[in-house]
Amino acid sequence: MSYTINVNGTPHTVDVDGDTPLLWVLRDSLELKGSKFGCGMGLCGACTVHINGTATRSCITPMSAVGNSNITTIEGIGTSETGRRVQDAWLKVDVVQCGYCQAGQIMSATALLNTNQKPTDKDIDNAMSGNLCRCATYARIRAAIKQAAGLPITDSREV
Amino acid sequence: MTIQSTPHAGADTAVSRRAFLSVSAAAGGGMLLALTIPQHADGSVSVHKSAAEVPGKDTDINAYVTIAPDNSITIMSKVPEIGQGIKTSLPMIIAEELDADWSTVHILQAPLDPKLYGAQFAGGSFSTPLNWEPLRRAGAAARAMLITAAALTWKVPESDITTSAGKVLAKDGRSMTYGQLASQAARVIPPDMKNLVLKDPKNYSIVGRSIGGIDSPKVVTGQPLFGIDVTVPGMRYAVFQKCPVFGGHVVSANVDEIKARPGVLNVFLIHPEGPTGLPDGMAMGLQSGVAIVASSWWQANKALEALKVVWDEGPVASQSSAGFAAKAQELSTQKPHKVIRTDGDAKTALAGAAKTLEAAYSYPFVYHCNLEPQNSTAVFTDGKLEIWSPTQNPGSGKTLIAKTLGIPDDAVTVHMTRCGGGFGRRLGSDFMVEAAMIAKLQGEPVKLLWNRTQDLQHEFYRPGGFHYFKAGLDAQGQLIAFTDHYIGYENNGRASNSSDLAAGEFPAKYVKNLELATSTMQLGVPTGPMRAPGSNAHAFVFQSFLDEVAHAAGKDPLQHLIDLYAEERAAPPPPAPPRPPGRGGGGPGFPMGPPFSGKRAQGVLEMVREKSGWGKRQLPAGTGMGVAFYYSHLGYFAEVVQATVLPADGSIKVDKVWVVGDVGSVIINPTGALNQCEGAALDGISQALGQQITIDRGRVAQTFPEYPLMRMYQAPQVQVDFKITPFSPTGLGEPALPPVIPALCNAIFAATGKRIRHLPIDTNLLKT
Repeated sequence: MSYTINVNGTPHTVDVDGDTPLLWVLRDSLELKGSKFGCGMGLCGACTVHINGTATRSCITPMSAVGNSNITTIEGIGTSETGRRVQDAWLKVDVVQCGYCQAGQIMSATALLNTNQKPTDKDIDNAMSGNLCRCATYARIRAAIKQAAGLPITDSREV
Repeated sequence: MTIQSTPHAGADTAVSRRAFLSVSAAAGGGMLLALTIPQHADGSVSVHKSAAEVPGKDTDINAYVTIAPDNSITIMSKVPEIGQGIKTSLPMIIAEELDADWSTVHILQAPLDPKLYGAQFAGGSFSTPLNWEPLRRAGAAARAMLITAAALTWKVPESDITTSAGKVLAKDGRSMTYGQLASQAARVIPPDMKNLVLKDPKNYSIVGRSIGGIDSPKVVTGQPLFGIDVTVPGMRYAVFQKCPVFGGHVVSANVDEIKARPGVLNVFLIHPEGPTGLPDGMAMGLQSGVAIVASSWWQANKALEALKVVWDEGPVASQSSAGFAAKAQELSTQKPHKVIRTDGDAKTALAGAAKTLEAAYSYPFVYHCNLEPQNSTAVFTDGKLEIWSPTQNPGSGKTLIAKTLGIPDDAVTVHMTRCGGGFGRRLGSDFMVEAAMIAKLQGEPVKLLWNRTQDLQHEFYRPGGFHYFKAGLDAQGQLIAFTDHYIGYENNGRASNSSDLAAGEFPAKYVKNLELATSTMQLGVPTGPMRAPGSNAHAFVFQSFLDEVAHAAGKDPLQHLIDLYAEERAAPPPPAPPRPPGRGGGGPGFPMGPPFSGKRAQGVLEMVREKSGWGKRQLPAGTGMGVAFYYSHLGYFAEVVQATVLPADGSIKVDKVWVVGDVGSVIINPTGALNQCEGAALDGISQALGQQITIDRGRVAQTFPEYPLMRMYQAPQVQVDFKITPFSPTGLGEPALPPVIPALCNAIFAATGKRIRHLPIDTNLLKT
């Protein structure tokens, strides 16, 4: 079936079954390889994209549910000011180890900062706990979110 | 440097040496500085002919550096990047001795060519210790050739010439860039590698500087880098379903029904005959199963829902974790199969001890869970196989593919892509040989991608194990006797991969009367190296039981460890036979560094005492600190964990981890080094808190949702410090992991008085 979807501000028409998850259309039909396949169950967050600004697991979002929504992927997030700041913070803090989860982390972090400009540690825990990092770069992800928010990046949680 | 996902358009992993040379030539005057340093297996180097002298026939040289006329420098990174940061840190070593301007350096993944580059694998934290010396010499040789070229050009003695940040400088004030000199330098007779003068580390300007991951700008913008991102024109997509029971075979399947599914192009039943692996035990060969090839991966994977297979489950179907636990208990009461070390007379010393302790420990199978599921993209044409793989072990994969497809080794080309996590899993090449076979059967390019369930159900698990300890103390609380009966696994008479116990396992040598003994149970589950193989399990049991000993002796656990490491109390055993990489030891010819030093152990323990405020902090009820030390992969790590246990539900909050490591004289890339240690500490805590694979009827009982990995809200603060000592630098992918698990368990004991002897930690036991 033919679907026209709006990705990073550009309409794309693809012919796929309606139950095809958005992730596979992005990756294999549109050759946007930034969104990653981790579990296919919505549990790891590697596939996170924004649908109308909301962080969404594209691996369990069927094409039939996408409609006219505005989809933003890691390839397009840098065009927003918040997205750009988050990407820069990721480099400044040197978050990345293997890097496989980081597109999803950046999408979740940007969605957080779009609604909450000065997140607390608790806010970060809540917004980011759906994104697994197998290399466990969590301390640096936390620091990078604070960096992007203009907050002190030291881990201020009480010990 | 650009990296594209279309290999035919020049993905960096696809750059062959031949192509690379021609590109260099096309740049017009840009020269490959021919580094003439074949690296022997023992890490030593010698001089052979130059690549520039014999273009295209350079079969016995290494080549790392290319300098272009615009003064940009391209450095080859020889081993796979799996998140350990090696693609940044190894080129830093070359750039330092080359005296390059780092801002002009580009880095490419080298092709697989062991004749040029020596060993090319990522495992055992070997990359740094194996390459530190040769790569310094590689950089220094290039610099020396540039100096010689300048001396000839200016007609001044070499002693009047220095270098700085990509420039050659003469005493008289003249200067030239490396780019201007490169073509002359390539014609210079290479220097004697043995007599090169290397930099004094105090003059380092690149090594020791924190440099962010070289590919991170591409990671954060979502550009294709990983195996799963590779696209080949005309590519089809495949899934491969194996028997849920290890070693099971396909008998039949509803092939026609699956072929009628949307998008499905082909269904292949694969029945390999006879043993299909390689003798190194790392490369499990092609297994029996059903391959589904479709126009899209989603369609191939979706067809699995309708797949009905009749399996011959085979003999492993009778094996279970519960059965192994019962059998281990039974074996623990019997004479061990093998005594691997005897110092003094442990039995007599135990009988005469003022105080004795006894404890049984166990740990489960563990799944690597690379976030990028196993995959490869393969093309088979004209009897040749080309493959793009996220592999830690490309050479082994190449050999396995050649053997399985019945083609010569040199008909197989392996391109290393970035790996979405390694942790030892990708030292095995099963996913590579599957992709190769399916591509051959399909006759078209094929990308094989495992789904998460397949990834969890078929891999090389960290082997579980059981330890039965006894210890004896004299009247002064001195540890005078120690025994362990370790019950692990074997496969037809050979210890299961990564399950062996070393005869030198601490406290061996440091206790007068000691016996280490082993028994094994026949296992059909594949096992293999997982980040700090062997050590990740043995650290937990030995360092936890030694904490029990300290408490029984009424001693401070940290001081107890320092006292234990004070002197060797038994004669050293004969050296252990060399082991292949990835199994916790070095293969033949791999440098093992200086022998273990108790003083270095004491050094990190003293430093972690100071950094963590050990014994000086007032902790609330329900909070405790634990300590452990472990030496693995040539690194010395002492770690302290502070943890709080909620009495109501027994839940554990890890408050903070202090890591102190001694990996020698130089921290090559501090930001990367700290990142490895932070991640390793959290990785260990994640294992201890919840990770377990249970075998039931010969198959994995868990699904992915039942396999909890640490998440953001569970991640404590980690403080890492390095103790700098005058030894050659060693690797950091692994050694920070092992001690964190016993440190956590010892902290829980300090907090609650309850001893954790089984992993993962059962919080039900901590309720009060």
